[in-house]
Amino acid sequence: MDKTITFKIDGVDVKGFPGQTIMEAADAAGVYIPRLCYLKDLTPHGSCRVCTIKVDGRAQAACTQPIAEGVEVENNTAELNEKRRDIIDMFFVEGNHFCMFCEKSGNCELQAMAYRLGICAPKYPFQFPDCSLDATHPDLFIDRNRCILCGRCVNASKVIDEKSVFEFVGRGAAKKIAVNADTLAGTNMAVSDKAAGVCPVGAIIKKRVGFEVPVGKRLYDTEPIGSDIEAKQ
Amino acid sequence: MEKPKVATTSLAGCFGCHMSLLDIDDRILKLIELVDFDKSPIDDIKNFTGRCAVGIVEGGCCNEENVHVLQDFRKNCDILISCGDCAIDGGIPAMRNNIPLKECFDEAYHDGPTVYNPNNITPNDKELPLILNKVYPCHHVVKMDYHLPGCPPSADTLWEALVALLSNKPIELPYELIKYD
Repeated sequence: MDKTITFKIDGVDVKGFPGQTIMEAADAAGVYIPRLCYLKDLTPHGSCRVCTIKVDGRAQAACTQPIAEGVEVENNTAELNEKRRDIIDMFFVEGNHFCMFCEKSGNCELQAMAYRLGICAPKYPFQFPDCSLDATHPDLFIDRNRCILCGRCVNASKVIDEKSVFEFVGRGAAKKIAVNADTLAGTNMAVSDKAAGVCPVGAIIKKRVGFEVPVGKRLYDTEPIGSDIEAKQ
Repeated sequence: MEKPKVATTSLAGCFGCHMSLLDIDDRILKLIELVDFDKSPIDDIKNFTGRCAVGIVEGGCCNEENVHVLQDFRKNCDILISCGDCAIDGGIPAMRNNIPLKECFDEAYHDGPTVYNPNNITPNDKELPLILNKVYPCHHVVKMDYHLPGCPPSADTLWEALVALLSNKPIELPYELIKYD
């Protein structure tokens, strides 16, 4: 069925096709909606809520909400960006994010989102949670201090790698990522797996490649995250 | 007209942020035309000599002396700035926050691979400030007005911030100057 759907994002007409999510249609049109857990090719599950937009006044996750004819979407508004800042702040205080020595720094999507939203310091009190490391695998390590529970590794390992190496365990504040063995070394995880490269933060790191790109040339050193999408306009 | 005063201190930090302040290069000549430095390691003034317009705090609080100095800064400065990641989130010193204090002391003074301590003493002189149970970011202890992230914040970040404050403007950092590393 070849049908174009037209709707508005922040008052500007955007066209899309039936079955597309608001995120997909916006990306194609060069409108950046901030996001963290969403990654093209993975199943969106709307867990981080950073991509929260308002569809005809009602809050929805852009990565899961299908487009519909004539709806009015609010995206880049002071109210929504303030809520996004709140979410990013919570990610920072609920983990132990030591950017100064993290291999992912400069290429980290959480950090980049904080930069884009102009966060100088999180407004909430730091929790300093007790988190574990798993460096048993010869080519990868897991640092749960940095994990934001986005679920990308879970999804990639299950759907793309078909290995189900990762899964969530626990509930609420005790929720964390577990592996399908005592340690990562006990799983059939390989460094070439999709799941090894999807982590938005430095929670799953490939060994021996850290700090490869010098400061100043990393992904988000000079251009905010989302600039590539906005350049399509 | 009397120049506004600036005070600086390094609490649980590495002095890297102060190094970054010196890294403003020849702009430091312009800075000393604009301000007088009060209590600061830069001029080695130990106690406040009067009210300061701006206080720049590097490092978080890891011992009781840090807390006293920080409270003193809050009392004597109109605007207080958390300068660098340690002041903002505890930084590297905060890596001990999940390790019991006893274990930290044992590693530092008894069990560490390079420790030489023939009398097996854990330093406990009453002159030494007591270590806090955790390393606290500055804004967990007193109200901080601004945060300049970075490890250290770049010289340009510090310069932009000081110039803005000295011209009675709020600090608004451009994208390139908000960095956490």
